[in-house]
Amino acid sequence: MSLTSEQVNKIAHLARLGIDAGDVDAYARDLSGILDLVAQLDAQQTDQVQPMAHPLDQVQRLRPDVVTEENQRELFQALAPQVEEGLYLVPKVIE
Amino acid sequence: MHNKTIAELARGLRSGAYSSRELTGVFLDRIKQNQDLNCYITVTEERALEAAERADARLASGEAGPLTGIPIAQKDIFCSKGVKTSCGSKMLDNFISPYDATVVEKFHAAGAVLLGKLNMDEFAMGSSNETSYYGAVKNPWDQNAVPGGSSGGSAAAVAARLAPGATGTDTGGSIRQPAAFCGVTGMKPTYGRVSRYGMIAFASSLDQGGPMAQTAEDAAIMLQTMAGFDAKDSTSVDRPLPDYTAGLNDDLSGLKIGLPREFFGAGLNSEVAARVEAAVDEYRKLGAEVRELSMPSLQLSVPVYYVIAPAECSANLSRYDGVRYGYRCADLTDLYTRSRGEAFGAEVKRRILIGTYALSAGYYDAYYLKAQKVRRLISEEFQRAFSEVDVLMGPVTPTTAFGIGEKTADPIEMYLSDIYTIAVNLAGLPAMSIPAGFIEDKPVGLQIIGDYFTEAKLLNIAHRYQQVTDWHGRIPQGFE
Repeated sequence: MSLTSEQVNKIAHLARLGIDAGDVDAYARDLSGILDLVAQLDAQQTDQVQPMAHPLDQVQRLRPDVVTEENQRELFQALAPQVEEGLYLVPKVIE
Repeated sequence: MHNKTIAELARGLRSGAYSSRELTGVFLDRIKQNQDLNCYITVTEERALEAAERADARLASGEAGPLTGIPIAQKDIFCSKGVKTSCGSKMLDNFISPYDATVVEKFHAAGAVLLGKLNMDEFAMGSSNETSYYGAVKNPWDQNAVPGGSSGGSAAAVAARLAPGATGTDTGGSIRQPAAFCGVTGMKPTYGRVSRYGMIAFASSLDQGGPMAQTAEDAAIMLQTMAGFDAKDSTSVDRPLPDYTAGLNDDLSGLKIGLPREFFGAGLNSEVAARVEAAVDEYRKLGAEVRELSMPSLQLSVPVYYVIAPAECSANLSRYDGVRYGYRCADLTDLYTRSRGEAFGAEVKRRILIGTYALSAGYYDAYYLKAQKVRRLISEEFQRAFSEVDVLMGPVTPTTAFGIGEKTADPIEMYLSDIYTIAVNLAGLPAMSIPAGFIEDKPVGLQIIGDYFTEAKLLNIAHRYQQVTDWHGRIPQGFE
């Protein structure tokens, strides 16, 4: 299985991950190598096997729907790159 | 006093031989003198001295527990309130955590003294500590060699006696592999035994925190504090906590040890194999019965892992978007893409890309679902093994610590250094690495794998070996 540079660019776009144009070929080579490694799984018969999502096959624990956290907006927003009047600032995306 | 174990230090503190303030000062000095190892990302000197004084007051009032006044260092993946928590990444270089991870809180409550935050592979993705934004850590046994990863700073700090104990996390071997490379004792507990709350997520169905220390006894003391149910972690297991130190000296006669043939195949360095076999012989002398068994699905654990771990990583790391915290690029066009592109290193990018691909439309069944099915086969194979034997033993790593820069060119070669540790994470089982000898002055680890929630038994098995050997007590030259 080998990925083209075009495919790498498409995956990078899906992941919203900037990759320098000069590095794309190297990523294509490395990712193709990983997919070759993963291809070993194809030989394993798994038709009757249930997929395993959790080591202990636990189900999601439920809790009463009550407020347990207090609002700490100022504390959390102190970490943000840019905030104003309690709002996170992001670039304008709609003209 | 820096060479003493946690158990010995606790006795020294209680008897008044030294204070926590003095003990903490000794370690802070050693950390300063050995900065070239690059073990610590952040040293919390002022806080440590304050915590030590509080611990001394507690010791004086007779309210001390086994960790009160003991200096401890945290892997920089555990959020620590008011302290930089970087996860080894440029992305979080400016992140001061607003809250404590449950593990950090538990150490605080026990009166332990936080010395600082330890270096690690970026977002715990690596097997050599070389992917850290803060640079590689040096192995105290050979400063041209890697300490292993991702908990490389933790293992090196314990080996160089820059902390008597440290926390680590293990997603595919990240506690056991560096423990083996640095000659320390490390335990990856059963999935769900130690809370993941505040432990920065890499692959949520595999990640598990655990202790790293000189001895199994110390690991037991640390695990006693770290483990337990936590309502804040939805995958935490609600199950009573046993006393991990009570059975340390239990007799091992009749213990059934299984050696999976697949752990001793062509990829294993013959001298490592010889050290592991010698360790198994010690267990025979302690009364254990040893038998070989076959676990053919183990061979598939690396390919399964390199679908599941990247898939979960690509989802977990989508939170780093340059908006709420972490790195933000200067030019705001394409804010997400640029921030992520500029702040993540190459290995993290590779894994985000492979995970995104495996989860993308049209490929999910072929990769993710297939990997989850083979994951079950691996897990079932362990259960079959545990119907025949009590524990499995084998090597932790195919070789001793490799050279800095030796495997960075080929990611696959780096991945294969975790070939003996990954299956345990896929199955969610507990496992340990304990020092089992040396090859040309570099440590070799023995891996001990148990069934779910058998941490106490594993610690007992490790402790008995450490009563009849002294590998765990060796100190690298220059750090005595």
